[in-house]
Amino acid sequence: MSAIRHETAVSTGRTARVFLYLVLVLFALFYLLPLYVMGVNSVKPLPEITGGNMMALPRAWTLEPWRAAWSSAQIGVQPTGLKPYFLNSILMVVPAVAISTIVGALNGYILTKWRFRGADWVFGLMLFSCFIPFQIVLIPMALILGKLGLAGSIPGLVLVHVVYGIGFTTLYFRNYYAAFPTELVRAAMIDGAGFFRIFWRILLPVSGPIAVVSVIWQFTNIWNDFLFGASFGGTSQPMTVALNNLVQSSTGVKEYNVHFAAAILAALPTLAVYVVAGRYFVRGLMAGSVKG
Amino acid sequence: MGFLEIRNTTKSYGPVEILHDIDISVEEGEFLVLVGPSGCGKSTLLNMIAGLEDITSGEISIKGRVMNGVHPSKRNIAMVFQSYALYPNMTVGQNITFGLEMHGTPRAEREKALAEVARLLQIDHLLDRKPGQLSGGQRQRVAMGRALVRDPDVFLFDEPLSNLDAKLRVDMRTEIKKLHQKLKTTIVYVTHDQIEAMTLSTRIAVMYQGYVQQLGTPKEIYDTPANVFVATFMGSPAMNIIPAHVVMREDVPHAKITDADGNEVLLRFSQPNLAEWDGREILLGIRPEAMTDPEGADRQSANIQTLTNRVSVTEPAGSDTFVTMVLGGKEVVARMRADALVRPGQRFDFAANMEKAIAFDPKTEKRIAP
Repeated sequence: MSAIRHETAVSTGRTARVFLYLVLVLFALFYLLPLYVMGVNSVKPLPEITGGNMMALPRAWTLEPWRAAWSSAQIGVQPTGLKPYFLNSILMVVPAVAISTIVGALNGYILTKWRFRGADWVFGLMLFSCFIPFQIVLIPMALILGKLGLAGSIPGLVLVHVVYGIGFTTLYFRNYYAAFPTELVRAAMIDGAGFFRIFWRILLPVSGPIAVVSVIWQFTNIWNDFLFGASFGGTSQPMTVALNNLVQSSTGVKEYNVHFAAAILAALPTLAVYVVAGRYFVRGLMAGSVKG
Repeated sequence: MGFLEIRNTTKSYGPVEILHDIDISVEEGEFLVLVGPSGCGKSTLLNMIAGLEDITSGEISIKGRVMNGVHPSKRNIAMVFQSYALYPNMTVGQNITFGLEMHGTPRAEREKALAEVARLLQIDHLLDRKPGQLSGGQRQRVAMGRALVRDPDVFLFDEPLSNLDAKLRVDMRTEIKKLHQKLKTTIVYVTHDQIEAMTLSTRIAVMYQGYVQQLGTPKEIYDTPANVFVATFMGSPAMNIIPAHVVMREDVPHAKITDADGNEVLLRFSQPNLAEWDGREILLGIRPEAMTDPEGADRQSANIQTLTNRVSVTEPAGSDTFVTMVLGGKEVVARMRADALVRPGQRFDFAANMEKAIAFDPKTEKRIAP
């Protein structure tokens, strides 16, 4: 008898696996490189950047660029920093995400549990709105905002983003609720619960995963939107537009360190949302069998 | 006038009528079972009683009050669903009292009703759990608790046992029957399982293709089925249907059948009205338990006819042995005592209890005798 051989599936897979992880780590490093550059250069004094190596760690650490980006950098003609625009973005994003998610949930509820003739057509048309490019609606939207007296205001931006987001949120909630047993709704009807009570007490408590998907999706899209903000923001422009004005300024010295800090500031909220709710994002996507 | 009255009720989806002219009257305290194969319209009828489906024409009334167009929650009914439909985010206690809460019952009364129902169904220890943490049988009890707590006029059950495994199903069946005997409530119960229908009901409506084929007590349905469908649907193994000719011998009608070897067999009928079918073809219906070995034959019967026939298959089932043979060109099942000595291929004496025989018109498939 020969010695017991240890050539099992586990041991043969090991070499392949080491290689696989190596490749993945390299990809991850490559992917993280821009973040590294931004982070490192946002805490350097300007001469260190202009003087040469972008990749090097700072010799003299400073938080001055962050402070400047937040409260004193020249945005357009005002030395306000990003602070007021950050506030604008929050004031726009929070209601827009909340309203579009709630409306999407209601739409999904009606389209699956209170079906009416032509429900599928309505849903199809709403889906269609997901594929309309932003640029096409600029002029009609400007017209409507003007007629409503909302042009150049935060409520105007909220309206634009809600209208644009409903297609997506409805898609998410409809597919999620389609898998929800209709017998539960019928049982609740017999128990005496009405339209909103069934929604509030029966469906909403189990909608967590898909609500997270909707919130992340909407938050990211609305926070990062530039075109609507630039077109309809007026005096209350969001963060993205301010960032652009800061970075694209054609007069004076280019303060790269401040620009980097500002860019990170602009990206922080979406990052935070992912860190807090990312887990549920994947879970919700799977649960509702929705493609993100 | 009945407690629950279904009058000339039809249901159509567009141009397709799926329930035709249903007429059922249920007395207070009755246990009516709607039974039939899938797609016969039994669940639709139940949903119409519940108010979950519109009534296309006709009328449904409960306690003399016409229910057409009345919202489900205002009909004073309760329903147990096939999937139990327990609210997943609520505890068992909240599930049971949800209906009371929606109807604005004060908290103290709700708690009292909950305690009562929980004791009745022996689910006191489960009240704080979520439905996801319960077994199938426990969920079933909670679903019944949710119906009971409302103290409704009519209970509606939509195949409540079909999600349980075989043993639990039998236990819960007994449980439901006990509950009905204790509470004397009016129940309409939908199932496709004919044994559930026979054991639970005080009356059965056998449905097929949107028609009520027969409405009657379990005994009426079993002993005098209205047509071939009811005869073969109710009972397991199914009733044997044998093509036969009616011939007269000494002014008494007999069934003339050919056996497995091509010999002629004559079986005397106990039903004199078959005389008018002299010389014509009929379908002879005889249940497996009315076709036995001579020792196992019913001693009360006044008309046991013996026939000899070749055995094709024997199936010992423990309590009985099922013996298959060919009669009139059809496979016929006889139910023997477990220890009857019978082997395949053998010619064997069978005792047919012709008092229990039923004759059907081969064209309309309706019962002609008794």
